[in-house]
Amino acid sequence: MKVETIIKRCEDLYDDLDFNYVKDWKEKNKAGAIGFMPVYAPRELIHAAGMLPVGIMGGGDNLEIIRGDAYFQSYICRIPRSTIELGVSGRLDFLDGMLFPAICDVIRNLSGMWQIMFEGKYIKYLDMPQNFGAEGRRFYLTELAGMAKAFEKISGNKITPEALNHSFGLYNENRHLITELYDLRSQMPHKVKTAELFLLMRASNILEVGEHTKMLRDYITAISNSERPERDHVRVVVTGTFCEQPPLTLVKALENSGCFIVDDDWVLGNRYQLEPIAIGDKPIEALADAYLGETVATASRYVPGPGKGDYLVRQVRERKAEGVIFAAPSFCDPALLDRPMIQEVLARENIPYTAFKYAENTGQIQVIKEQTGTFADSIKLWGSQ
Amino acid sequence: MNVQQKIQKEDSMIMQKEMIAGHFENLARATENGKKVVYTFVPGNLNELILAFDMLPVHPEVNALQSGMRKMSGDYIQEAEKFGHSEDVCAYVKCDIGMMKKGNIGPTGLPLPKPDLLLLSYTGCFTFLKWFEILKKEYDCPIVLLQVPYQAEGKITPEMRDYVTRQLEEVVVPALEKVSGKKFDRDRLKEMLALSAQAEDLLVEVWNSAKNKPSPIDAYFGGVFYIGPIFTAFRGLPECVDYYKALKAEVNYRIKNKLGPVTPEGELNDQKYRIVVEGPPSWPNFRDFWKILTDEGVVMVASTYTKVGGLFEDGFRHDPERPLESLGEYCMGCYTNHSLPARVDILEKYIKDFSADGFMIHSIKSCNSFSAGQLLIMRELEKRTGKAGVFIESDLVDPRYFSAANIKNRLESYFQMIETKRPGA
Amino acid sequence: MDRCYIGIDLGSTTTKAVFIDNQERVLGRGITNSRSNYELACQIAREEAEINARFALLGQHLEQSKHVGKHSSSLLKWLTCYYHLAQYLRQLETLRSECLGARKHWNSPEAEAEKFTQALSYIFSEMEREVYDEFDPEKRSESDFFRDLASSAYMRLAEQVSMERGLSFGRLVGLFDGAILRTESHSFAGGYEEYLEFARTKTIQAPRFAPFADDITEAVAATISTTFNVVNTVGTGYGRLTLPFAKQQIRSEILCHGLGAHFMFPGTRTVLDIGGQDTKAIQVDKEGIVTAFQMNDRCAAGCGRYLGYIADEMNMGVHQLGPLAMKSSKTVRINSTCTVFAGAELRERLALGEAREDILAGLHRAIILRAMSLLARSGGVTNEFTFTGGVARNEAATTALKKLVIENYGDMVINIGNDSIYTGAIGAALFARRDPRGVMADLEISKLKTDPRL
Repeated sequence: MKVETIIKRCEDLYDDLDFNYVKDWKEKNKAGAIGFMPVYAPRELIHAAGMLPVGIMGGGDNLEIIRGDAYFQSYICRIPRSTIELGVSGRLDFLDGMLFPAICDVIRNLSGMWQIMFEGKYIKYLDMPQNFGAEGRRFYLTELAGMAKAFEKISGNKITPEALNHSFGLYNENRHLITELYDLRSQMPHKVKTAELFLLMRASNILEVGEHTKMLRDYITAISNSERPERDHVRVVVTGTFCEQPPLTLVKALENSGCFIVDDDWVLGNRYQLEPIAIGDKPIEALADAYLGETVATASRYVPGPGKGDYLVRQVRERKAEGVIFAAPSFCDPALLDRPMIQEVLARENIPYTAFKYAENTGQIQVIKEQTGTFADSIKLWGSQ
Repeated sequence: MNVQQKIQKEDSMIMQKEMIAGHFENLARATENGKKVVYTFVPGNLNELILAFDMLPVHPEVNALQSGMRKMSGDYIQEAEKFGHSEDVCAYVKCDIGMMKKGNIGPTGLPLPKPDLLLLSYTGCFTFLKWFEILKKEYDCPIVLLQVPYQAEGKITPEMRDYVTRQLEEVVVPALEKVSGKKFDRDRLKEMLALSAQAEDLLVEVWNSAKNKPSPIDAYFGGVFYIGPIFTAFRGLPECVDYYKALKAEVNYRIKNKLGPVTPEGELNDQKYRIVVEGPPSWPNFRDFWKILTDEGVVMVASTYTKVGGLFEDGFRHDPERPLESLGEYCMGCYTNHSLPARVDILEKYIKDFSADGFMIHSIKSCNSFSAGQLLIMRELEKRTGKAGVFIESDLVDPRYFSAANIKNRLESYFQMIETKRPGA
Repeated sequence: MDRCYIGIDLGSTTTKAVFIDNQERVLGRGITNSRSNYELACQIAREEAEINARFALLGQHLEQSKHVGKHSSSLLKWLTCYYHLAQYLRQLETLRSECLGARKHWNSPEAEAEKFTQALSYIFSEMEREVYDEFDPEKRSESDFFRDLASSAYMRLAEQVSMERGLSFGRLVGLFDGAILRTESHSFAGGYEEYLEFARTKTIQAPRFAPFADDITEAVAATISTTFNVVNTVGTGYGRLTLPFAKQQIRSEILCHGLGAHFMFPGTRTVLDIGGQDTKAIQVDKEGIVTAFQMNDRCAAGCGRYLGYIADEMNMGVHQLGPLAMKSSKTVRINSTCTVFAGAELRERLALGEAREDILAGLHRAIILRAMSLLARSGGVTNEFTFTGGVARNEAATTALKKLVIENYGDMVINIGNDSIYTGAIGAALFARRDPRGVMADLEISKLKTDPRL
């Protein structure tokens, strides 16, 4: 399959704020769909109940907010407004449930707003453990068990260990291919355009996992055989975009400004675990352990002590990046409170960085492009060390 | 002490000031006295447990709010912003960091000791996690997390209770033992919890006194003083009970004599409007804000901010028979740990129980835990009570976000509206 | 005149006054720019309203008089025009002496200063000469504020003079700027008898009106002899707290707007007012009493000021924005809700080659979307819906609003008040009439400087 065909498919999915793919999927499979907000949700559990997990990442820059602003003050970020807009305009009516993972107080409160506004739906605030020891594990297991029960009720399907292990297999494979894609981009950033990777990742929120895995495989094959010219760009890691997503225009602008993005944290939940989930006879425990164990680092995950910023430094070193771009959504407490701590680590490690704020519907791409372009130029001129 | 014989209007106020000043003096001398210091947050604090280990608590939000009241927060916030903190984020954090960067001189002018332990009770506020991650980078001391699950379904489930209790037993207590060098004394904790419950009984009576007309208390502006001892370093101590006895006696006196609360503008006896408040005050403008309302003849009959350290009216008491379990329940019962639908219920009940004329939502830029969703709270309350609310915005401690003219304009319009809508107006 | 009542709306850009009678009929309206001195602005608006009421009376007298009959409206137009001419001449005279007075304080060499004195004499004699043409009743249609009229004439002449005589244009402008402020601190309406007399004389000199001379003289005399028995005044608006009023004579602009809108359109249930500095969404009951309201938050996006900012960015007059936006064929979506960012987004859209009219259509929609949020917060939109304030005069804004209201709340009556600038003042006047506490006072006039020669 041609790269253009694959990317066109992703763009169509990205632009479709009516989620027609999901509606068709439900119709065809006579099954339910459960939405989830960033960052991480246990999609395997939803999948094992025969339902489709659907990542809801706000409305992007193509959704006009007509009603959503009535619910939020000007100093609150954009994603809850557009999510409410999607909800009150009926665009999320097809969902049989909605998960709000603990990420910040805004999303936490959004779960309560959802309870008031969409009474009768399954709405779950997912209180992710921040205690990664035995106590947190025990609590998280009860959370997972509760959710499993709810999914069984909604779907009418029993979540058997076999089903769950099967889902693990599919998602492990998917994560493996995502890793391969990220590695490939890092090796050949001139071939794997960042905007394409972004779109492929966004598609993973919508497509059934098997279909997405196939898409990744097709893309990797197609892109490996493609001819795209080398370019003299600097290699950077983008961080801070784990929740409210940058608009596609901004993602493109970053690359066009002279930066090869060799790692990032958008759509982070879909590559959250760094190790495959263990397949065995206690799958719920395996799912919990995968969350508690080795994962990506992100601002919504507590770092109890030294080690803050280590993950990012490791990313920079492994990807041979020359700098870091902090891209945080306006009014994002987790990302913005993390920033000074991590910048301190980067300064210590002599890793150059630049920072800007955006919103999912940012209209001033030029200003940002100029900034990152200057950043790229300065690295080219003076190097990163 | 026989408080009945000692009734003077502002007795409790003087007591409270002395208690708090004494605490800051103890903190200033902590190092020379060999006292260990625990930094911890107000909501769901484990004061009795900390005291049971002979340690002293420091509450960063209290420092921030005091800096705000003393009009020092603006400088502190800008200091933190110089270190790369964004204008967008919580100003309490920035105020605290700014204060630390400028030498960690506490609100009374005495230096604050460094922490021996950071006890991060993650209750009702995600920013707490970030705040202590930042402090952890500044201080070379152990940090211990107590994750308090959110009451998302409007109740405390057995799993939630189990989670908190286990963390207390297996993580928090061992950490306190290690840092203090003392063995956990369960009996001592029990004694303190019994005293806590006594103070809590008295506080509930004080809150309920606002059902009288005129109300003898202001449950918001006055209320923030009333919660001082019980939400901070004194819960579990005999002087805390004494304070609430004195306060209760004053309140009784005012009820008997049909007197209103004492405000900076004098006694508010002519109470034209009874209002319920949601959201914290603006500390740098606390007096101005209070005056705007006093001038209109407004008395605040109930508030949610004064429940950030516990509701108590729902029947919860610290329980010596179940020390750690009840400490855990206490943590989970703080106002900001309640779901949005539960908060609507609480406010609706206040409006009805305290026969309020309306409600005011003071929306704070700094605090998403409070603020995100408040516009829906307003909509729901208006629908359920048939009373219109007023929505005003400013900030906890960032003076850049307070526009007196704007707030005054809005409030005046609101009270005139209530006046015109009254039957017979 | 029987008992009458005054409402004054002290806005951030203009101050409005309205007189009503005991039957709640509007007698007269007055408007002036607010200046830095609110008290003065409110005095002048009040006087303008009184004059306006007198002219309404004059019209009635003329209509009822024996011979005038169908000529009354054109006659009234002539009288009004000459009245304004008389007042303008008086103002111009004050402006001239203020300019000359300021010139005297210069330290420049006498010869140099003398050149300016001569220039000023020339400018003002030209202005006076031109003004008769400006105030020709056959041509003149609308009345402008003195400041606008005088400043455009002065600037034009000053530019000409400075070039011809090699004088500094800047210094001439400086003289004007100071003098106009001082001139505006005088009240001129006190000379109304004199102006009316002037108007009467000029009018009956016109051959076409000469046959009605007696009727005109009689009507003018009756008008002059009328006194207004003002029994209560209520102030509202941004500057209301600076009014020399007792607290009970002050009402919030929200209440006044609600009542005023109800007065103009009795079926009104929801009112939206977009003014220069703020936006208000108001719900009223069937009596016009406010039941809920919301105002914009501290962010200024969505106010008239936002359009002012955009106009500056585009180097256009604010009144030109609406007509240009109406030419749009496709609305560009403007995402920035922040006023400052909207400027950046605007420049970026222009750079991307989007048409100005399409961007402007998007900006108007953006403002209205903000208003829609406030409306939703206040409780939604219910029939009838009334739109008032400065932005209600902008067709692009009203078009966008109508579309969004109907899309979101269904078909309904939407009133756009042409006279909506007086909504708050009318509401205030109604509160003055309905005050159960009864009789209050008129404004305290003593604080005001009157024209020195009156």
